[in-house]
Amino acid sequence: MPAESLIPGDDDYRDRIGSPWASATAGKDAITGVAMPPEGALGVVGEPEGGEATSTGGILRQIARVFAENKLAVASLAVIILIFLFCFVGPLFYHTNQTNAQLALQTSQQAAPPGHGHPLGTDPSGFDILGRLMYGGQSSLEVGIAAALVATIFGVIYGAASGFIGGWFDALLMRIVDILLSIPQLFLLIVLAVIFTPSKGLLILVIAFAAWLVPARLVRGETLTLRVREYVQAVSIMGGSRKRIVVRHIIPNSIGTIVVNATFQVADAILLLAALGFLGLGIPAPETDWGTMVSNGIQYALSGDWWLIYPAGICIVLVVVAFNYIGDALRDSLEVRLQRR
Amino acid sequence: MIGFLARRLLQAVVVIVVVLLLVFVGAHVVPGGEARHELGPRATPAAIAQFNRLNGLNKPLWEQFIDYFDRLFHGNLGYSVKNNETVAYLIGRYLPRTLFLVGLSTVVALIIAIPLGILQVVRRNKPVDYVLTGLSFILYAMPAFLLGTLLILWFAIDLKWFPPSFSQSDTLSTILANPKSLVLPVFTLAALTIASFSRYMRSSMMEAMTQDYIRTARAKGAAPRRVLYGHALRNAIIPILTLLGLSIPAIVSGAVITETLFNYPGMGYLTTQAALNTDIPLLLGTTFVATVATVVGSLLADILYAIADPRIRYAR
Repeated sequence: MPAESLIPGDDDYRDRIGSPWASATAGKDAITGVAMPPEGALGVVGEPEGGEATSTGGILRQIARVFAENKLAVASLAVIILIFLFCFVGPLFYHTNQTNAQLALQTSQQAAPPGHGHPLGTDPSGFDILGRLMYGGQSSLEVGIAAALVATIFGVIYGAASGFIGGWFDALLMRIVDILLSIPQLFLLIVLAVIFTPSKGLLILVIAFAAWLVPARLVRGETLTLRVREYVQAVSIMGGSRKRIVVRHIIPNSIGTIVVNATFQVADAILLLAALGFLGLGIPAPETDWGTMVSNGIQYALSGDWWLIYPAGICIVLVVVAFNYIGDALRDSLEVRLQRR
Repeated sequence: MIGFLARRLLQAVVVIVVVLLLVFVGAHVVPGGEARHELGPRATPAAIAQFNRLNGLNKPLWEQFIDYFDRLFHGNLGYSVKNNETVAYLIGRYLPRTLFLVGLSTVVALIIAIPLGILQVVRRNKPVDYVLTGLSFILYAMPAFLLGTLLILWFAIDLKWFPPSFSQSDTLSTILANPKSLVLPVFTLAALTIASFSRYMRSSMMEAMTQDYIRTARAKGAAPRRVLYGHALRNAIIPILTLLGLSIPAIVSGAVITETLFNYPGMGYLTTQAALNTDIPLLLGTTFVATVATVVGSLLADILYAIADPRIRYAR
């Protein structure tokens, strides 16, 4: 990335604050060429030169190819799939009671160490931890992915409209984003979570509200560069409506940026939910999420009950690292595609 | 440059006024209204009417906003019924301790992150580089409360090197008298900054190393050390300044988590308590102060940046 883009107030620069890996990896690739396949390695795909004629299927195949060469990314994808299976399919094979607190108190020992029919022990309410990990993981993943989706969709529409319409409308919309960005995210989240007493659905909206700002800025930036391209101008000369330009040309052409950012959004949303859970503002009992599980464990940390903390903690870190690696690899593969054009 | 600073200052003022408006709206969208929230669900209509009259809540909304603004100018942030104190008093008492914790851990983070970033450039693509990259990835993905919990578990409970938490009666002087107690919270708060700043430092240095002036410096026979520290580092460190300004919201958010975890008597802890007790005036007060701190912080960073890098022209 050129140093000039580090001017304060420069949109491009500020957006990258979301993930330090953005400029980090770009810098790495530019200089050392690590993680980048050698020039021409992609030539074998067997497509005509001049990417304009390339079909969508071809581009997807190309991206998949570069992605597959990145071992860390493939491993991350495998981790995500395994965790999904664990959380959503696991309970079908491993039946535990996770909703009836009374029953849990009566039938099992409280805060018991691993063993005796509970492979990961039980929590202070007598719930089986392995089962609780699956149950809480469902909430963490559902809320994380749904919040990232809502934030991305709203951010894309907002950013595309702002950049495309331009003028005072753009200035107004972007100042709103600036102002919201200057409120520390966790504070915004806490205020919203307190005012709207959280349920799973509301938590999704609350987290999405704290997260849509970055995709909005990114897409607005893309739109500004795309709307002056020849093919977009050609559409408008030919009488294409503005809606058609945005929906058929601008959004599809910035889809790479959008998808990469959405991947990071999932990781961030899972972390935000965990932070809320830690503060006691997460999903209310008897439902749970990984953050709430760790938080409950902390109260018993003084007595050394490690099994209340490690399993849920490891799950959070694994999922977040995996989503970050996947986002990174997606960006690399999209950059390679752009370079070929 | 003066034009730039004036514009930047105006921008900061506008942001603060709009945030105030949001805070005002926030206080008014409390379910059931402020009176019912403060007086409880069994308050009689007469009591509610009296509360509204006493607090000026029966006036038109715009008049209330002006009243609110006026009170604010006199340092009145509202009243916390739950604590039986004014919000301004509570924040005034808790804020210095937070400023101390945040300031200390930011300095510690920079002292650790910048050399780490340089080390990774000097030893790029060697084992040290890969290990540090992996570590910063993990630190970046690890939520602050998890890292803090693990540190407490390992270093406070198992090894008993540091105390696991503070007492709410701690003042700045009792905290300073026992510096060991600061080690774990400072590192917890600094970890995320270390992880991201060492990465930025690495890429910023890498970027600087490819510039023409480095080739010139080498060509005229400057020692590798001099090229690295005298030429590359001086240029690479400038973006870090802006980055610092932009990371303030994240650091302030981190303080909420860290203070809650370590029972540190600061504004972050106050915020969590306000949230758990649904003490809306206090919560909005701390949010407002945190936002002002953020805006002022990034303003300062921009000014520093303008001073540090004469190449940047701010005419836009």
